[in-house]
Amino acid sequence: MTKEAVLARYPPAPEALLALLHDLQGTNPGQYLLPEDLELAARHVGLPLSRVRDAVTFYSMFSLRPRGRHIVRLCVSPHCHVAGAWSALDELRRALGVDVGETTPDGLFTLEFTSCLGACGVAPAMMVDDEVVGNLTPEKVRAAIARYREGR
Amino acid sequence: MRRIQVLVCSGTACQSSGSERVKRALLEATAAHDLLPEVQFVETGCMGPCELGPVLLVYPEGTFYVRVRPEDAPEIVEEHFLKGRPVKRLLWAGAAPKPQEIPFFARQKKVVLANCGVIDPERIEEYIALGGYEALGRALTGMRPEDVIEAVKRSGLRGRGGAGFPTGKKWELVRAGGPPPRYVVCNADEGDPGAFMDRAVLEGDPHAVLEGMAIAAYAVGAGQGFVYVRAEYPLAIRRLEVALAQARKLGVLGPGIFDTDFSFDVQIRIGAGAFVCGEETALIASIEGRRGEPRPRPPYPATSGLWGRPTLINNVETFANVRHILLGGPEAFASVGTEKSKGTKVFALAGNVRNTGLVEVPMGITLRELVFEIGGGVPEGREFKAVQIGGPSGGCLPASLLDVPVDYDSLTQHGAIMGSGGLIVLDSSTCMVNMARFFLEFTADESCGKCVPCRVGTQMMLGILDRIVKGEGTPEDLPRLEEIGAAMKATALCGLGQTAPNPVLSTLRYFRDEYEAHIARRSCPAGVCPNLVRYVVEPELCRSCDACRRACPTGAAQGAPRQGPYRIVDELCIRCGACFDACPFGAVRKLPREEAR
Ligand SMILES: Cc1cc2nc3c(=O)[nH]c(=O)nc-3n(C[C@H](O)[C@H](O)[C@H](O)COP(=O)(O)O)c2cc1C
Ligand code: FES
Repeated sequence: MTKEAVLARYPPAPEALLALLHDLQGTNPGQYLLPEDLELAARHVGLPLSRVRDAVTFYSMFSLRPRGRHIVRLCVSPHCHVAGAWSALDELRRALGVDVGETTPDGLFTLEFTSCLGACGVAPAMMVDDEVVGNLTPEKVRAAIARYREGR
Repeated sequence: MRRIQVLVCSGTACQSSGSERVKRALLEATAAHDLLPEVQFVETGCMGPCELGPVLLVYPEGTFYVRVRPEDAPEIVEEHFLKGRPVKRLLWAGAAPKPQEIPFFARQKKVVLANCGVIDPERIEEYIALGGYEALGRALTGMRPEDVIEAVKRSGLRGRGGAGFPTGKKWELVRAGGPPPRYVVCNADEGDPGAFMDRAVLEGDPHAVLEGMAIAAYAVGAGQGFVYVRAEYPLAIRRLEVALAQARKLGVLGPGIFDTDFSFDVQIRIGAGAFVCGEETALIASIEGRRGEPRPRPPYPATSGLWGRPTLINNVETFANVRHILLGGPEAFASVGTEKSKGTKVFALAGNVRNTGLVEVPMGITLRELVFEIGGGVPEGREFKAVQIGGPSGGCLPASLLDVPVDYDSLTQHGAIMGSGGLIVLDSSTCMVNMARFFLEFTADESCGKCVPCRVGTQMMLGILDRIVKGEGTPEDLPRLEEIGAAMKATALCGLGQTAPNPVLSTLRYFRDEYEAHIARRSCPAGVCPNLVRYVVEPELCRSCDACRRACPTGAAQGAPRQGPYRIVDELCIRCGACFDACPFGAVRKLPREEAR
């Protein structure tokens, strides 16, 4: 979707800001917000740029730095922690070759932490884009990453 | 009606363990036997025992299969669909085939979850076939808004989002809160780690929530509603979108519902990853497109909410209860539960317990029944230690309180809270200090920083706990923790800071000796805190493979290949845990340290 098409989906009102930013972020291959996106959003909803920046920095789902095509979010809430999220993390670090908050050099993956995904029944769990992968073992971590590397 | 109905759980957990592939395999096998005209497949929401997924239920007899893999499909079709013989090895614990005969299900009382795992959430017809939107119809055509409020008040329903405020009273306050426009908001932010009942309801029975919201809107005189869902729940968002479109098409949402002059519509708002947005004033700020920071109350949202208008905010589970009050009558609803806590509550059972998953029980059930009868108790060889209820704002209750009834007031009285319904069973292998520290780290992280007691208080408490788990605590630390905790409870701006000390305060109350052991003896009784354990080699398990000696950076792990069991010299050990991680035979054990350094 183009940025114009995104803007056209939302009424020019402050309450559209978060949804608008979500979608604008999705238009950039690096799943992040460019300075010009913030300006576009500010103008569209009629807020000062500082207010938009304020909102962007508050919510953890917005990024001002480029990220990978796929975002891997490992849950580190108590259940997943107890169930072994840390060994899944080790495996993710190995499989991706990057640490939390970093993006692989080929631009395919960004590794992030998330709070509870509500998938505690299959802890430890992670989310790759919109898909929940649960009962993580080193093998399952490797398989999931391989699947996304090959384009599913 | 076809001869056989197969309900395939398509909750998030089952999807992640492969329910989609199982369904496809079953379809193929069914087709291969030309049985397609006789078998109907329905994708449902969560059935409860998520850990055993993918799960499915086969009717008419109601056979419950667990951990089904795609390879099992041909056998299920040939044996069960064709010959009528259930596949024994796929039954739960190889035991009773029917859910009613499995204790996990038998002791539950499903009201809110009645449709979850039974209907296809993406087909409004199935919801309607089971009485869906009938309560809304009754309200709109036969009751005045005041009558609806009165019924909800009489039912005794209290908010399921944490604080337990009486729902009917809240509706009344909103109706009297000022001139229209008024708004109705469903709080589906579900941020408490370990809680996933709201997600299950939205995924499994989204119309129940929409119907509850519409009834509430009629009662308080609102024309517009919002559901605020976290972005981490894409499946719930999709099912809500489908439900909304279907409801509008059928005219149960939109202008002039049921040919009355009542109009109501709902929009979805998606959160962006901030725990504090579940707090109602922060949630309002977030819907308005601002930083999701709480503000002092009063004024309450009932008089000044969205855009300064009277706004009703209720939780997902609260809304899902509403239709049952109108259908069965408030008295029937109030006949379940205790004097001050009516109806049922959904819990997410987790931790060191045999059966985990989502369960719905009548209020007032004891913790013992919940943990041992429904949950099946702690696994063999372990010892029950405590339950943690209410997540990061809740507390731990020890074994001596297992007979406490689960209701709002009893739990609060003992230092825990009902909260959103996360319930973690802990056994003897859990260090209570470490666990309290963990929850506090969560709240310190999620504190929005607006008020000083919360921002500074959580950091101070965390600093003290960090020292204690490292073995650097002092006896003054414990009263100090209590002092800071009390100050936060009294002065923090919102519920996040007011409840953040609970995990620490309740463990101090019931497990003080564990804190004292960490401080006085520098020993972690559960053998968890890395600095406060000693590493020993179990001679019977050691195969003298040399792995620990090679991993050890200080020469504390000693021995030689094939020369009998290795040993670890405590005086040289820096407790890095390298030997523990390196041992391929699990021969290195962590034990509590016995004496002070
Ligand atoms: C830090 C914090 C987080 C909260 N998170 C949620 C939540 O995720 N879901 C929810 O329904 N209520 C949450 N609440 C409670 C809401 O502020 C509010 O009381 C509730 O939505 C009211 O609905 P109820 O009366 O139906 O329970 C939270 C409160 C605090 C202080
Ligand atoms: S998601 Fe299938 S049982 Fe919970």
